[in-house]
Amino acid sequence: MAKIILKGVEKRFGDNTVCDGIDLAVEEGQMVCLIGASGAGKSTLLRCINLLETIEDGEILLDGEDISLPGLNPQPVRRRIGMVFQSYNLFPHMTAAENVMLAPRRVYKKSRAALRPEITELFKRFGLADRMDHYPDQLSGGQQQRVAIVRALAMKPEVMLFDEITSALDPQLVGEVLDVLRLLKDSGMTMVLATHEMGFAREAADKVCFLKDGKVVEEGAPSALFDAPQHPDTQAFLARALK
Amino acid sequence: MSKTNAAGKTRRQIYEDRLRRRSMLIAGGSTLAVLLSVLILVPLAPGWDRVKASFFNWEVFAKTFPKLLEAFKLDVAIFLWSAPAIVILGLLVALARDTRNPALFPLRILGAAYTDIFRGVPVVLTVYLIGFGIPGLGLPRPWNSPYIWGSLALILTYSAYVAEIFRSGIESVHKSQRAAAQSLGLSDADNMRFVILPQAIRRVIPAQMNMFIALQKDVALLSFIGPVEIFRQAGVYKSLLANFTPYVGAAVIFLAVTIPATRYADYLMAKQNRDRS
Repeated sequence: MAKIILKGVEKRFGDNTVCDGIDLAVEEGQMVCLIGASGAGKSTLLRCINLLETIEDGEILLDGEDISLPGLNPQPVRRRIGMVFQSYNLFPHMTAAENVMLAPRRVYKKSRAALRPEITELFKRFGLADRMDHYPDQLSGGQQQRVAIVRALAMKPEVMLFDEITSALDPQLVGEVLDVLRLLKDSGMTMVLATHEMGFAREAADKVCFLKDGKVVEEGAPSALFDAPQHPDTQAFLARALK
Repeated sequence: MSKTNAAGKTRRQIYEDRLRRRSMLIAGGSTLAVLLSVLILVPLAPGWDRVKASFFNWEVFAKTFPKLLEAFKLDVAIFLWSAPAIVILGLLVALARDTRNPALFPLRILGAAYTDIFRGVPVVLTVYLIGFGIPGLGLPRPWNSPYIWGSLALILTYSAYVAEIFRSGIESVHKSQRAAAQSLGLSDADNMRFVILPQAIRRVIPAQMNMFIALQKDVALLSFIGPVEIFRQAGVYKSLLANFTPYVGAAVIFLAVTIPATRYADYLMAKQNRDRS
């Protein structure tokens, strides 16, 4: 069974329908990229999967278990699903290492001393070994975003969600963050990305979904979707995005 | 290449030097004019000699000042035991007002009513009502002490203001911080304690300092219900010596504490604005 299954997910903010009956399946170890114009519902969909937003209708299944059940305690679910945001959202009053250790310390009741070796390993793996004791405002955007990824990984999630994580970065810093995503994919992580990086989606994704007005217009393997889009909306979007 | 004159200055620097000299000259001149007119005009007022004798009598000042300083220790003591209570109560009220737990709904209502009432009543009235009212219940010693109930009046009043400042700090932390902590699976309590509150408190420290400067001054209000602190001590000397100079002495002592504290709070505020921009 697929790791994540969305069935007819609907999300409204007042009269504004942001997700309008979205169906999607993400297999274990897959990288799925959501593409589409701003406001198409990509970010909101990720926030719904992480239960940061409640959905009006439909179901979200994680390993076959309905996590969108009204009244369900969201905290145990969120521990299994990591999320990284466009604006990093590091805690500015903590060093990089403290940012990363906070949740494992509080949720898994591990001590700093017990966490330090495995955290150091993570920082090393993502090229941040000498940045552990820096505060966020002492780091570049790319470094901050990599720390944010390490922070999510420290909870040992089964799925990672990435919400346009390169959109706030200077162009020359985008590459280092995309490299991290490749590294994660190679390690077998299940990942869902909302992204504007078409080149990366085409090269690295297992599946690409084009969203428009809260609906999945077209989905498929990147080669099929990018080279031979079927729907006129997809064709129009890609014509503009790939120009 | 920039054109420079013999002194090695660009024409922009020469122009700015001239501007600076001119504005310093104007500022100095106008300050001097104001000072001179005060020094000349005030002594020309018909009652000046009487005012000078009863408010600025050097002998009275020198004689009463040490005792006033002694009495000020009581103001400082009342401040020192009230301030921590205010921080704790203010924080608790702020948290109670922000709670979303339906079981704590009564606490939320109570918190709102509390801040409305104690911010709405003049401090001196609260001091009177609590300071005279509660000992009037006929409590045994030491529970009828005006120190206790006067301090409580200050604590209740100032906690209401301090709570609102904490709340504004909590609300100023961007909701993306809360979301980031939530996405890591942190509980709401841990989210508040480790992520929101540390940032919120840091942001409101200058504003809170101004509240505590005001508190130090308002301790003088307790003089109305008994404690012989500096204001009351000055009043005693005024009656004894038929001279108002002790009040001026008391003012000098307050200023010696509040001006450095105010300057420091301003410095923190300016520093924070710089850091954020």
